Amino acid sequence: MQKILIIGATSAIAQATARRFAGRGDRLYLLGRDFDRLEALAQDLRIRGAESVDCANFEAENFAGHPALLDQAYETLGGIDVALIAHGTLPDQRACEQSFDEALRELNVNAIGTLSLLTHLANRMEQQGNGTLAVVSSPAGDRGRQSNYVYGAAKAMVTVFCQGLRNRLFGSGVRVLIIKPGFVDTPMTAAFEKGMLWAQPERIAAGIEKAIGKGADSVYLPGFWALIMLMIRSIPETVFKRLKL
Amino acid sequence: MRLTGWGRKPAVDAEVFAPYSIPDLRSRFPRARFRGIPRGNGRSYGDSALAPQVLSSRRLDRFLAFDAETGVLRCEAGVLLADILDVFVPRGWFLHATPGTKLISVGGAIASDVHGKSHHLEGCFSRHVERFSLMLADGGMVDCSKTQHADLFRATCGGMGLTGFILEATLRLKPIRSAYLRETTFKADDLDHALSLFAEQSGAPYSVAWIDCLATGPRLGRSLLMTGDFIDDGRLHGTAKTPLSVPVDTPGFALNRYSVTAFNALYYHRVRGRQRERVVHFDPFFYPLDGIGHWNRIYGKSGFTQYQFVIPKASGAAGIEEVLQRIAASKRGSFLAVLKTFGPANGNPLSFPMEGYTLALDFRLEPGLLPFLEELDRIVLDHGGRLYLTKDVRMSAETFRAGYPRWKEFQDLRRKYGADTTFRSLQSERLGL
Repeated sequence: MQKILIIGATSAIAQATARRFAGRGDRLYLLGRDFDRLEALAQDLRIRGAESVDCANFEAENFAGHPALLDQAYETLGGIDVALIAHGTLPDQRACEQSFDEALRELNVNAIGTLSLLTHLANRMEQQGNGTLAVVSSPAGDRGRQSNYVYGAAKAMVTVFCQGLRNRLFGSGVRVLIIKPGFVDTPMTAAFEKGMLWAQPERIAAGIEKAIGKGADSVYLPGFWALIMLMIRSIPETVFKRLKL
Repeated sequence: MRLTGWGRKPAVDAEVFAPYSIPDLRSRFPRARFRGIPRGNGRSYGDSALAPQVLSSRRLDRFLAFDAETGVLRCEAGVLLADILDVFVPRGWFLHATPGTKLISVGGAIASDVHGKSHHLEGCFSRHVERFSLMLADGGMVDCSKTQHADLFRATCGGMGLTGFILEATLRLKPIRSAYLRETTFKADDLDHALSLFAEQSGAPYSVAWIDCLATGPRLGRSLLMTGDFIDDGRLHGTAKTPLSVPVDTPGFALNRYSVTAFNALYYHRVRGRQRERVVHFDPFFYPLDGIGHWNRIYGKSGFTQYQFVIPKASGAAGIEEVLQRIAASKRGSFLAVLKTFGPANGNPLSFPMEGYTLALDFRLEPGLLPFLEELDRIVLDHGGRLYLTKDVRMSAETFRAGYPRWKEFQDLRRKYGADTTFRSLQSERLGL
């Protein structure tokens, strides 16, 4: 039995991963925006075999509220073995170009909120001398592109922050896992036409469980995205800037 | 989004609504302009879950309640039978009625009123459904059971999504003491032999026969009959094998009458004695093809159809024999030919099973197939039989009405609830519903 905190639990990827944890009989604590949906998911996870499931409301942008929320999670679970940070939104890139207020709000949700959570969680895990911080970032953070650079910038910040944190915590017993899912068929991406490259959240969830189990540092899910992003990163900027990506 | 049924033809560019909760359905689903069909996991073969607009249950996939004493499960309509088995087999529960794939949703199982190898004893899926809630054309949500809105309950079970959108359902599960079954395989030399074996084995909880459709003359109906019964060794944890998958379309010519003849001969002679017994896990016993992802690709890009009919017991052997002769003469190989006996029909106006024999055959969609299937339709109707709507992609309105004489009652009920103008599929348009 593991004690697992899931932040952004109603996101499709988090939900699918939570179901795997529940099937193993883990003890779960869920944080999310919509309490009715959290409750419905919690009941589903209890039926699937979770030892216990508790949940609480959470706002990514309410940084000041994070410490108390995490304290509550720690207390209820009796320690945290794994924290999966999976909340996020997909910004409307056009709207962010027109309005910096909009861009700032998206950056607060997708980057700063995560940094706030990580700061508190890392310190507690460092004290306890073990634990895994599993953070959903994105290949979008690997290189800025015109179609989603606000989201990409947020995820790049999360990725670099996690790298630094992993470096700092090396030797402390705390692991930091960066998860970069490619195109995933979820409500967040409902507006996109789905093709060959799209994966179901269940497949991503299986990859997350495996990566946590192995103690991996960073994974692309499904794995072929590592190759795609290697190619994307290796295009010289003089060429890249001309592309419609 | 481009959608097809499991048979991969036809394809439709559909506007898909996939609410993730009932409040989400209430607030975001544009009910007033919706003219389309509910859809589950898209495993019906033809066009019954296709329309320009589709209301999908795939994100309504939560378990809601489970009573470990009675095995009564309440879940949302998009939960797959596979999810139920994953969670509840280890706790000693199975489905009373399951078709040959577990990759279907609970809503779809109700809408098709699916049957399986236990039909002669356990009936259809709907027999084990205590209640469900249904969203009607006017957006109202009603609870349906055999006693509450019983007309809607009966019409929705087997009603192909044409009465409303199933939101959640309460099912009774069946206690088991092992995930394994004792499977006995009997060799039948011809059709009469197969049918008499079915009669002899009618007490077996599960039975099905695989027919070699290309065996002719005195060997017509040569088959393997398999029966099964759960054992009680307490081993509830199953084997999880890595699933195989067919990654790409097989060239159309790979399945031809020579390869199918060879396959069928090998399959039949694999069983050496008259009878063979072994203990098997429920997965290969009930869901042999689920182990091969995208097996529908083996028929190539042109797609395929499954032709499944039932013929009443009274005229049984003669009707089945006539169809088998016609297929053998046509040299159209069927990769799968599955024969099974049905117990009595239930009271649902569009449920497929009736007491008798059912045969299911796969055909690649190719020129000349449709006129050939119309010939088969005539034989089936002449014997008082009918075709399974869940597999159908081509039957005419006349064939449908002749096979389902209660269609009028069904249509009247749809009118009463305003469903006839809201819930429509390509299939319902073709069938004149």
